[in-house]
Amino acid sequence: MSDSTPAVEGATPLLEMRQVNTHYGAVHALKDVNLAIYAGEMVCLLGGNASGKSTTLKTLLGMVKPSSGQVVLDGEVVNDRSTAYRVERGVTMVPENRRLFQRLSVRENLQLGAYLRNDSAGIASDLEWVFELFPRVKERLSQKSGTLSGGEQQMVAIGRALMSRPKVLLMDEPSMGLAPALVKQNFELIEQIHAAGLTIFMVEQNANMALSIADRGWVLQTGRVVLDDTAENLLTHPDLRASYLGEA
Amino acid sequence: MIGKWAPRTGAPRTGVDKFLTLLRVLAVGLVLVGFAAFIAQEINTDNAFAQWANPDATGLSGAGFRGLVIAGISQGAMYGLIALGYSMVYGVLGFINFAHGEVFMMGAMTGWVTSTKLAEAGLWESNFIGSFVIVLFGSILVSTFLAVVMERVAYRPLRGAPRLIPLITSIGVSFFIQNMSIVLFGPATKSYPARPDWVKNKHTALQIEGDKIMVIAAAATSMILLWYLVERTKVGKAMRAVAEDAEIAALMGINVNRTIVTVFAVGGAFAGIAGIMWGIDFGSVIGHTGFLPGIKAFSSAVVGGIGHLGGAMVGGLFIGIAEAVGPLLILEPLGVSGVSQLRDAVAFAMLIGVLLLRPSGIFGERLRAEDRA
Repeated sequence: MSDSTPAVEGATPLLEMRQVNTHYGAVHALKDVNLAIYAGEMVCLLGGNASGKSTTLKTLLGMVKPSSGQVVLDGEVVNDRSTAYRVERGVTMVPENRRLFQRLSVRENLQLGAYLRNDSAGIASDLEWVFELFPRVKERLSQKSGTLSGGEQQMVAIGRALMSRPKVLLMDEPSMGLAPALVKQNFELIEQIHAAGLTIFMVEQNANMALSIADRGWVLQTGRVVLDDTAENLLTHPDLRASYLGEA
Repeated sequence: MIGKWAPRTGAPRTGVDKFLTLLRVLAVGLVLVGFAAFIAQEINTDNAFAQWANPDATGLSGAGFRGLVIAGISQGAMYGLIALGYSMVYGVLGFINFAHGEVFMMGAMTGWVTSTKLAEAGLWESNFIGSFVIVLFGSILVSTFLAVVMERVAYRPLRGAPRLIPLITSIGVSFFIQNMSIVLFGPATKSYPARPDWVKNKHTALQIEGDKIMVIAAAATSMILLWYLVERTKVGKAMRAVAEDAEIAALMGINVNRTIVTVFAVGGAFAGIAGIMWGIDFGSVIGHTGFLPGIKAFSSAVVGGIGHLGGAMVGGLFIGIAEAVGPLLILEPLGVSGVSQLRDAVAFAMLIGVLLLRPSGIFGERLRAEDRA
């Protein structure tokens, strides 16, 4: 690792990518990507369109298989493991555009988040926690999730992910498609969840907003990590400002 | 995702639109005139309108009409049971499994094998209910197995291919199973052993034949079980999740492959039940028995709104009743001859009629552009 050393020196990362390459047919989407996320961190991955951000998340979750390199979850190489296995071991994602099951009720969406769990008492208490975070969700439980507003859908999508009781939560473009007024509220929410003890790995185009709450981050450019630094340094980094943020 | 299309208010009306409107008006007009002529005949066969429509008409007695409706309901319940399989598979995989009619046929064939064996042992007559249960479970087992093998061998390797490919494959699978049944059982018509009288004859209080009651009861029970499975169990929730978004369902930890197998198994089981109902109701089965009921069940699923389970059953009843009642209710009063030969024509005319008026089916949602196959 370079100068963006995490808070805990010498600890094993919770989620790690070692020299990962991912291909879509002839397209080389990820090139020798190295990432390490440690417990308790809030980290972000920045990059423009088609830089490989979503592919990184899909590779971490096993929805896409890497052509070389290793994905390591909690010390175990999980390259050949299914998505379900990885979810059970404590990683899940809030997908881009939320992707709720629109024809299912809010309650059913939340229940599906806990699909792999059998501890009904734990599920019930986690559900209460979700209601505490999002009182609005509780009012909408029996509504079809497709009828909710964008902001409410975002709450259900986060709630659904939390219901699997993850150790690390991946978020794919959490602010995309939300009204500008909701974006700030959304990032406050993410901070709140992080404060509750969750490790968060966020992929964002809204770099200013993401770096304002993250500890450190990476910048992807056409599948390659070009910057790897603390959030503070990244915010003032001339390359990032020039190539990615524009003049902000 | 945006569920609805924008209204077409601004779109210019094309010649095709005008032609479709004309067809719709003609179809509705034909039905209305036929129905009016029927009413006229029922009032008095000598009145001028009835005479104009069909001078030879005799009208239909109340009991005759009732019998037609009951026959239609029991036939429709059978179509509905088969249609569920088409609709469920379409729901999760987005293609029409045309080989599903053959699963139904193999259910009826299995029923013929087991019922004949039981009849040879003398059990079919002495203990009809017990034998019936054995026959039913045998068919469910074979049909479920066949549907699951079909998915594994023919469709799973094609997952992710354009939808036209599994669709064409399903036609091939259909021919394969048809011919396999001829190889296994021979090309002749197979007759079920004679049913006890109480099954053949009308129930005294209800005035409905025993076999019709069995068919309707079996369909109703199956529908309730299916509703419970889909709406109230974890497996059902997984099915609905996979139907809507398989990638995210996998992210929830759902085993998508196993869920798809379950869908095929449940559809196969219902086709097996329908096969036995066919055997009990009509008493015979042959290698191509699956074709016409299969196509009509597919029509039922489309009429009800493909992918909608309640719609499949309603569509089945609609087609069944229409083809039983339609010829005598609408065609005969219009002076068409040999109407009872026109059942199939009526069934498919109904399909076209419903699609003209409501292209997405009775309960169907309008499809998004990328879902149109």
